[in-house]
Amino acid sequence: MKGLTAIGSRVLQTVFVLWAVVTILFLMFRLMPGNPMAAYIDPNFTLEQQEALMARFGLDRPLWEQYFIYLWNLLQGDLGESFFYREPVADRILSLLPNTLILTFSSLIIAYVFGILAGSYLAWKRGGLTEQIAIPLVLTTRAMPEFWLGMILLAIFSFWLGWFPAGGTRSPGAEFPTYFALYTSRDFLMHMTLPVLTLAIYSQGLPLLLMRSNMLDVMKEDFVTMARIKGLSSWTVVIRHAARNALLPVMTSFAISVGYQIQGNVVVETVFSWPGLGRELVRAVSIADYPLAQGAFLMIAVVVILMNLVADLLYALLDPRVNRE
Amino acid sequence: MSSPVTLAKGPQAPRRGILRMVRNAFRSLHLPLDDGFAIAGLVIYAVFVLVALFAPQIATHDPTEILFTATFDLAADRRPGEDGFIMGTTSLGRDVFSQLVYGTQSALLIGITAAVMVALIGSIVGVVAGYFGGWTDTILMRLADIAFGIPFLPFVIVLAAFLEPSIWNVVIAMALILWRDTGRVIRSQVLTLRSRAYVEAARVSGSSDLKIILRHIAPNILPLSFLYGSIAIGWAILTEASISFLGFGDSSTISWGYMLQDAFASQALSKNAFYWFVPPGICIILIVSAGFFISRGYEKILFPKLGR
Repeated sequence: MKGLTAIGSRVLQTVFVLWAVVTILFLMFRLMPGNPMAAYIDPNFTLEQQEALMARFGLDRPLWEQYFIYLWNLLQGDLGESFFYREPVADRILSLLPNTLILTFSSLIIAYVFGILAGSYLAWKRGGLTEQIAIPLVLTTRAMPEFWLGMILLAIFSFWLGWFPAGGTRSPGAEFPTYFALYTSRDFLMHMTLPVLTLAIYSQGLPLLLMRSNMLDVMKEDFVTMARIKGLSSWTVVIRHAARNALLPVMTSFAISVGYQIQGNVVVETVFSWPGLGRELVRAVSIADYPLAQGAFLMIAVVVILMNLVADLLYALLDPRVNRE
Repeated sequence: MSSPVTLAKGPQAPRRGILRMVRNAFRSLHLPLDDGFAIAGLVIYAVFVLVALFAPQIATHDPTEILFTATFDLAADRRPGEDGFIMGTTSLGRDVFSQLVYGTQSALLIGITAAVMVALIGSIVGVVAGYFGGWTDTILMRLADIAFGIPFLPFVIVLAAFLEPSIWNVVIAMALILWRDTGRVIRSQVLTLRSRAYVEAARVSGSSDLKIILRHIAPNILPLSFLYGSIAIGWAILTEASISFLGFGDSSTISWGYMLQDAFASQALSKNAFYWFVPPGICIILIVSAGFFISRGYEKILFPKLGR
């Protein structure tokens, strides 16, 4: 029962944070310099459109009333009308979300598989020359601006060697009957390779360093020594006995990484003209499409907040000591 | 040297006082000088600080000036060494080397101010929340929860769109959001410190809260603040680069991020102009990893048992 209340209060906390972020967003977009209606109404809309939007968001009413209308609309999934696309923001955002999630998850899966294996290997080879070279190298990948790494890969593999296309999700003129056909096509995979590689190189550092330090802890434990005494080969000991136990905390960090990655996507999607949430946010802000910018920001924030929750719950689930407070 | 008494009263006395102050200030930084990595990081910083200070002497041209050759042709897209440009020129005929040198100034300025802000705000929040507990603690930690829920880079983008373009937007955004990690860690550290015997003793003997915090709590959390500060320098520089790259930076200030944005927008990638967009990235990597190396040194001071 104690565990359930802990989970319940953590979920309540998430709802509170969501509400707070939504409120901050409301205030940011309403209190900005200039016409308070600029957040929803493009001067180029027709008079009828303007009046319809005024009524929909109560823009002629006092701020606090607008706030409750905004919350109510949000609960119904109404994020307003994009200035640029002249379509509901919610539709636009939902159509871009899969592109961003595909990029995020494929790069993170590659990064975690590599990071876990390389981290175990480095823990095994502790104190050697491999470590002396590898650790600063890994730290360097964490110190790189992601977009710069993307630029380098683009310059080498796309413009110089011509192996991969320079941006977008498909070749000009390529049509696919369904999304499934698009996502499984060779064309899409070719377009996806460089952005995924960029994000994966950047993200492998966290699981790698985490795995390595957990392994070093676990390898001091008695059961590992026992396995060694039994005469098992050292690599078997590393993988069968130590890695299994060091893995759990690394897996909880996966959720946190999803949250971070979705923020970092903003720059990488821009470099590779990848039609995702991040690039849309950048474009919406630079062409002053406020409803769209607000919607894209909100979507990213929701992913971050939910992933924080998932990480905490996983952590509590995997490590019962957390709940004993 | 025969009469030290008169010497101490002589004109050199105040200078000695300053020297001692400098030495004490230096010592209170707890610089991690017994770790090879940390020393390498400090050396990298020292080099960049010197470059930033002597930028006008080191740079060969005005970084914003559009340059022409002796025959009055626009000196655009020159390769390194061509027409005497050490690292070539941009598509608008600006000197890459000079931009790189001047970029050091804005990088350090942003990095260090942001780091000081993050470490200062985070430490104050952590100490106040941990020491006073109760409602203060609850409110501050809920604020930290909210800060953890705000996606940082998108937040800077939106903020930069509403404020005038300026390099300080990044610093403001970091001060508003990134104190969260420092705050939480320092709070938990203070929680353990608060129950230590010597803090109890100070409280029983009637020391004021402020005195206990300054005398007994602050010195113990200082290395932790520096640890987070040295990581924050890197974050600030990376964030500034990203924001400038996305076109929300201040185009009147030369920064490494601005150079990369300029190169990207001017098709430097398809022109294979590696001399233009590789060096700014290398500089960013050097200065950010220097911060990581220094933070490793602080980790060794803080957690000697790790021994890694």
